[in-house]
Amino acid sequence: MKVNITVNDRAVTADVPGHELLSDFLRDRLGLTGTHVGCDTSQCGACVVHVNGASVKSCATLACALDGATVRTIEGLSAPGSLHPMQKAFHENHGLQCGFCTPGMIMSAVDFATVTPAPTAEAARRWLEGNLCRCTGYQNIVAAVLAGSAAMQTTEGARST
Amino acid sequence: MRTFEYERPSTLDSVSAALASDRDVRVLAGGMTLIPSMKMRLATPDTIVDLGGIPELVGVTADDEVVAIGAMTTHARVAGSEEVRRSIPALAELAGAIGDPQVRNRGTIGGSVANNDPASDYPAALLALNATVHTNRRSVPAASFFTGMFETALDVGEIVTRVSFPVPLSAAYEKFRSPASRYALVGVFVAVTREGVRVAVTGAAPCVFRATTIESTLAERFGPDALENFRFPREGLNDDMHGDAAYRAHLVTVLARKAVGRIVASSGSR
Ligand SMILES: Cc1cc2nc3c(=O)[nH]c(=O)nc-3n(C[C@H](O)[C@H](O)[C@H](O)COP(=O)(O)OP(=O)(O)OC[C@H]3O[C@@H](n4cnc5c(N)ncnc54)[C@H](O)[C@@H]3O)c2cc1C
Ligand code: FES
Ligand code: FES
Repeated sequence: MKVNITVNDRAVTADVPGHELLSDFLRDRLGLTGTHVGCDTSQCGACVVHVNGASVKSCATLACALDGATVRTIEGLSAPGSLHPMQKAFHENHGLQCGFCTPGMIMSAVDFATVTPAPTAEAARRWLEGNLCRCTGYQNIVAAVLAGSAAMQTTEGARST
Repeated sequence: MRTFEYERPSTLDSVSAALASDRDVRVLAGGMTLIPSMKMRLATPDTIVDLGGIPELVGVTADDEVVAIGAMTTHARVAGSEEVRRSIPALAELAGAIGDPQVRNRGTIGGSVANNDPASDYPAALLALNATVHTNRRSVPAASFFTGMFETALDVGEIVTRVSFPVPLSAAYEKFRSPASRYALVGVFVAVTREGVRVAVTGAAPCVFRATTIESTLAERFGPDALENFRFPREGLNDDMHGDAAYRAHLVTVLARKAVGRIVASSGSR
């Protein structure tokens, strides 16, 4: 099926087979390998991207179903060479070790910051239930999410779409 | 995943037409259950009919008596809906505790109800609130919709279009989440309606059911202490690596007591 999807502000038109997953569309077709596939069974959240502004698991979404949609991946969060406030917060709070879960964590965290008016550690932990990390023990991830959320509220135009 | 044809009709009539084929056709809602099942080849349809292109299947409408939710309405939308939060807050809370935020952003009430996973949350709400499942052909009361493990009254070619919930006097849902999957190890939905108290249990058995013995105990006296010495029988309950039948039976009473406690506390503060 022919689909038109806006990926990281770029219009993409492609002829994709029905069974092509959004994760494969992004990684194999567009070379956007920042979106990771950890479990491929909808459990780990490494593959989280934004569809029309909301975080979803790209390994459980068909590319065909997104004709006309807007997708943002970790590559499109900030201009090349600069960091989004949430990325900066992960850096500063040492919110990663191996980094495999990080793209999904950050995309999920940006959605959290966008929909949560008064973020707390408890709310952040609850929100991150769909994002698994095998390295950090989550302590620094939660610290990063709170710092990043605070920074996003003061940074104009940091909201992703 | 095996290859399949993908269709995205924009009207219910064309969905019905697509489903009338004698090939293996499956409808796709949020895909949160269907896509993983197709990856594991538990489902190998020839054709997928995506319900995502039909606007009339999405949304919440409510009046004083009934809250109606379109089949393609996501869990996140139900959790955040002003109407649902005002009329049946327990239902909004239930939707907001399904899975994780990304599952809630895609998963739908129609998919959840049609799938009838024994550990899923919505069936408990539908049964306790005496909801009606509307399909492209008829309206089915929840009591005769959920017929067994992963089984419903839906016929081939029949799809859920909407679920309507009569507004109760009060209600509460208590769930013991499996820490790994977030599904209900046991979930108990208690509803106080004009017709009486209704208690539905999910997760504990192969299919959602009404705990009529708890209902009659609560009919005599409505309060958490009415269930103080109540023992729910373990017979027929699930017995697996997540919890044995005796443990689940214990959870049924504990969660019912908690739900009743919350209803009493909230009516006292009104
Ligand atoms: C990590 C994870 C955690 C989860 N945790 C929970 C949880 O805690 N509690 C819980 O209740 N659920 C949970 N779920 C399941 C989730 O709620 C799903 O959204 C739901 O089971 C299926 O809904 P869907 O819209 O994704 O349907 P799909 O996966 O698209 O479809 C499921 C099935 O229903 C059929 N179908 C879909 N829509 C219709 C319709 N309108 N009419 C007829 N048939 C239809 C499909 O053909 C398919 O067979 C979880 C899922 C995941 C991946
Ligand atoms: S790769 Fe998608 S949830 Fe793990
Ligand atoms: S940093 Fe290694 S999985 Fe999270």
